[in-house]
Amino acid sequence: MARLIIPSPLRKFTGDQASFESTGSTVNEVIQQLVEQHAGLKPHLFDQEGKLRSFVRVYVGDEDIHSLQKEDTPVATETVISIIPAIAGGKD
Amino acid sequence: MAQDTTFSKAELERYSRHLIIPEFNIEGQKKLKESKVLVVGSGGLGSPLLLYLTAAGVGTIGIVDFDVVDESNLQRQVLFGVENVGKPKVEAAEQRLKSLNPHVNFITYNVKLTSANALDIIKDYDVVADGTDNFPTRYLVNDACVLLNKVNVYASIYRFDGQVSVFNYVEKDGSRGPNYRDLFPSPPPPGLVPSCAEGGVIGVLPGIMGSLQANEVIKVITGLGDTLSGRLFLFDASTFETRILKVRKDPANPLNGQNPSQSTLIDYEQFCGIGISQRSENSEVKEIDVFELQQLLGSGSDFQLVDVREPYEYAIANLNGDLFPLGAISEFANRISKDRKVVIHCRSGVRSAKAIKQLEEEFGFNNLYNLKGGILAYAKEVDDTMATY
Repeated sequence: MARLIIPSPLRKFTGDQASFESTGSTVNEVIQQLVEQHAGLKPHLFDQEGKLRSFVRVYVGDEDIHSLQKEDTPVATETVISIIPAIAGGKD
Repeated sequence: MAQDTTFSKAELERYSRHLIIPEFNIEGQKKLKESKVLVVGSGGLGSPLLLYLTAAGVGTIGIVDFDVVDESNLQRQVLFGVENVGKPKVEAAEQRLKSLNPHVNFITYNVKLTSANALDIIKDYDVVADGTDNFPTRYLVNDACVLLNKVNVYASIYRFDGQVSVFNYVEKDGSRGPNYRDLFPSPPPPGLVPSCAEGGVIGVLPGIMGSLQANEVIKVITGLGDTLSGRLFLFDASTFETRILKVRKDPANPLNGQNPSQSTLIDYEQFCGIGISQRSENSEVKEIDVFELQQLLGSGSDFQLVDVREPYEYAIANLNGDLFPLGAISEFANRISKDRKVVIHCRSGVRSAKAIKQLEEEFGFNNLYNLKGGILAYAKEVDDTMATY
């Protein structure tokens, strides 16, 4: 199963779960399964038209899905999918 | 490289562990001595950055920070000690760093970096190391570096997550590598990603990420090895998962994409949607100040005090209010009085204003008052025995 790594800013919506195993065969299917299980994530990942929000970066392996087939990028059993959070801490 | 950069006996001895690395040697050390690095933010990331860049022998180091040292900084900001609490960070930092290496020239800026002063401050430096703590300043530092052709060595942390990259690096073919806007074209809405002050951070994490950042600064200056240009390093301190992802240039980048539309600095608070939402949140709710609350508490008035923070915050300091965390505030609505005065507070007044708006909209409350400045203001103005965080 493909594994999706959940960044810490979003873990409050997954009950502190750090990764998610999915049977989905594309990035879209994996993320849909994720938000079905954790409905609180939905507004943070998708806009009202159901499109991934522009500040949400999704990677398959080490590639941004924008350089691949976007949400339709296929994923295999060993694939690691990452949601990259914009985080700003450092000074404080 | 200037031919006249020389080293005293004391410097040669101090830097000898660099000088005997074949690829580094005295040429690398000269490059460090001739370089000027600006460190923006002298906190969690800035502490290891400044300590290592100073120890390594960077010739000129600029430090920008407008803050003063606070007790809660000492959990991770290893540059400072108890004796510095209450002092401007740049002042305390300079004093500590001078004692570490008297051969370095320090320039301090006890100001907040803004669109009005950023270009003027950054223009005199070769490399900028960004150790700030908020999105507006991240975009500001990035844009100023791109507009001035400076390399921006980036690191960021949150709770257990750390990121490092090198932006706007001069590649071998002379072109500029990707920058922050290629990675994150737009900021998340305010409130989605809390600051370290609200969300917390494990104290060692900035030490790890700031040290990696310092190493990248030294590589950028000396030309040693392969920098993280075009790559984003991710570290999860809780699982020890590390990843390196590719960062590609975005043709839509407004600064240097295919059709650049931005050639000056902008209003970054507005760009990040700050100010606007906070203003509207606070202006639409009724407020009382900490002295009015003190009077209510002291006079035995019949009112309800509600605390919308989290249990772990309540454990640090509380006013004995009913603990109804903001995330589940609707579920507690039936336990909030409708027929007497209700004062709602959080740490600084932002979350409680949100709670009041939500309760008014969903349940029609009209008796809710926000405590201006939150428990922080109460601790500061009324009860200085109370711990702040």
